[in-house]
Amino acid sequence: MSEEITPDQSVYDRLIAEGKSERIARAKAKAAAVRASKIAEGATLGPKPPEEAKQALEAARASGGGGGVATKTAAPAEAAGGGGGRLTPEERAARVAASLGNGGNGGGQPASMGVPTSSTHTHRLLALVPPAGIQQVQSKQTDKVYTWPHLLLVEFVALLAAGSLLLIASFFLDAPLGSLANPQEVPAINKAPWYFMGLQELLAYFHPMIAGVTLPGVFVVMLMAAPYMDKNPSAKPENRKVANLAFTFFLTFWGLLVLIGSFIRGAGYAWVWPWVQGLGFTL
Amino acid sequence: MPKLPTFDDVKGNVQDNVIWKSIFRPGSIYRKGYRDTSRDRALASMNNVLYHLHPVKVKRHGLKLTYTYCLGGLSFFMFILLTVTGIFLMFFYTPAAGAGTEIAYLNMRELSASVTFGQLVRNLHRWGAHAMVFTVFLHMARVFYHGAYKPPREFNWVVGVILLLLTLLLSFTGYLLPWDQLALWAVTVGTNMMGFTPVFGDQVQFVLLGGIEIGPETLLRWYVLHVLFIPFITVIFLAVHFWRIRKDGGISGPL
Repeated sequence: MSEEITPDQSVYDRLIAEGKSERIARAKAKAAAVRASKIAEGATLGPKPPEEAKQALEAARASGGGGGVATKTAAPAEAAGGGGGRLTPEERAARVAASLGNGGNGGGQPASMGVPTSSTHTHRLLALVPPAGIQQVQSKQTDKVYTWPHLLLVEFVALLAAGSLLLIASFFLDAPLGSLANPQEVPAINKAPWYFMGLQELLAYFHPMIAGVTLPGVFVVMLMAAPYMDKNPSAKPENRKVANLAFTFFLTFWGLLVLIGSFIRGAGYAWVWPWVQGLGFTL
Repeated sequence: MPKLPTFDDVKGNVQDNVIWKSIFRPGSIYRKGYRDTSRDRALASMNNVLYHLHPVKVKRHGLKLTYTYCLGGLSFFMFILLTVTGIFLMFFYTPAAGAGTEIAYLNMRELSASVTFGQLVRNLHRWGAHAMVFTVFLHMARVFYHGAYKPPREFNWVVGVILLLLTLLLSFTGYLLPWDQLALWAVTVGTNMMGFTPVFGDQVQFVLLGGIEIGPETLLRWYVLHVLFIPFITVIFLAVHFWRIRKDGGISGPL
């Protein structure tokens, strides 16, 4: 395999004259040279007739399943491929054994195809295939149902329920509308929308830079970073008590601030009980 | 007297023509020949632009109401409802509040007094906005307690947090539009806080108010933010959010 092959110059010239590309001509000239040298060595080319293939197989079996002794590189392939038909299980086993070369030729040296007997390698590298080139099917069997009608029906009912609830609420409760905006007249009770009441409540304790910008900023960043900080792979509640506890604490803290700000703060943002001075809260 | 066509005759004639069949693709329950088979169930999801948000098949445990409480879906429904009612309200509203010509406030009065269903639609919009903030917030809590933000869904959680902030901004910008005392002073509290942003607080406040204090320019600015800019950004993030649900393997779990 390592020796230099001189391409057959006459074949090359003929193909070039026929207008074949230089690459094709070179390859065919080389192949012709190889064929010629094989024939000179006395090897027969092409598939063997069935009788010969059978004999080769018998020989392989006789040598203890190992068939890698004599017939150079292509012996097992010839043994199997020559028949033309499908292999019987025995023939296939023989072929595998031959290619593995187990126990066949004495010294424990694997008589594998293509690997020189002097080599210390125990295997032959056939091809390098990038992992991406192999289709990997990893999906597990899961219990699934058709989206239509199962899921869409549930969603439709939820949509109707929420829609009608909102419609009923809108029918009976009117959205508030105060008097015309007047920048000169600060109302006694001055509150942000309820979802910002947590911030406004913090404002009662801290400097606006802390309460209005820094703390909410930190909260939002922490919230976004949560999946990257939580390295616990389990989603089961019993395995993630710390995470659940921390989040519950966070929600409770925030909810408490919103409730206090919304219901227990009155005129001038003073602490007043709603049953004493009434509810200073508008949605 | 000629025999009157039966309901099935009419239905057959309506469904069995070129126009009807061009509108309703195979798998539609409105198309003639729909059968309750696996094939038509699959086609129902595959051949409909809206249902295509979902995969053909979903995990059975996700159907249980107590797993999701439909909170994400309801948040989206609220978004749709707010868009529809909001478009209705836009027909009757002018974001103008110059001194002495506070048309915005006058429009609010007219809306409840003389526009058909005006008050009802405004109520739907108002309560729907509060409901959306609430459902988005509950949706976030549900996702956290199910650990549904874990790989490969980390980024979708981040998108979700952005959507929560956008929801708050949508609601807050809408709060100013009635131009009553409630709106003016609630927004004042909020924008004063933004003024304390480190380094460029004054600039942030100036850009958001369109001046040094809340005035007609602020109203116009917040109107555009409310009806166009923030919804536009929200739709983009919603698209990413929904798309990532599919790409990250559908609904999380089972636990």
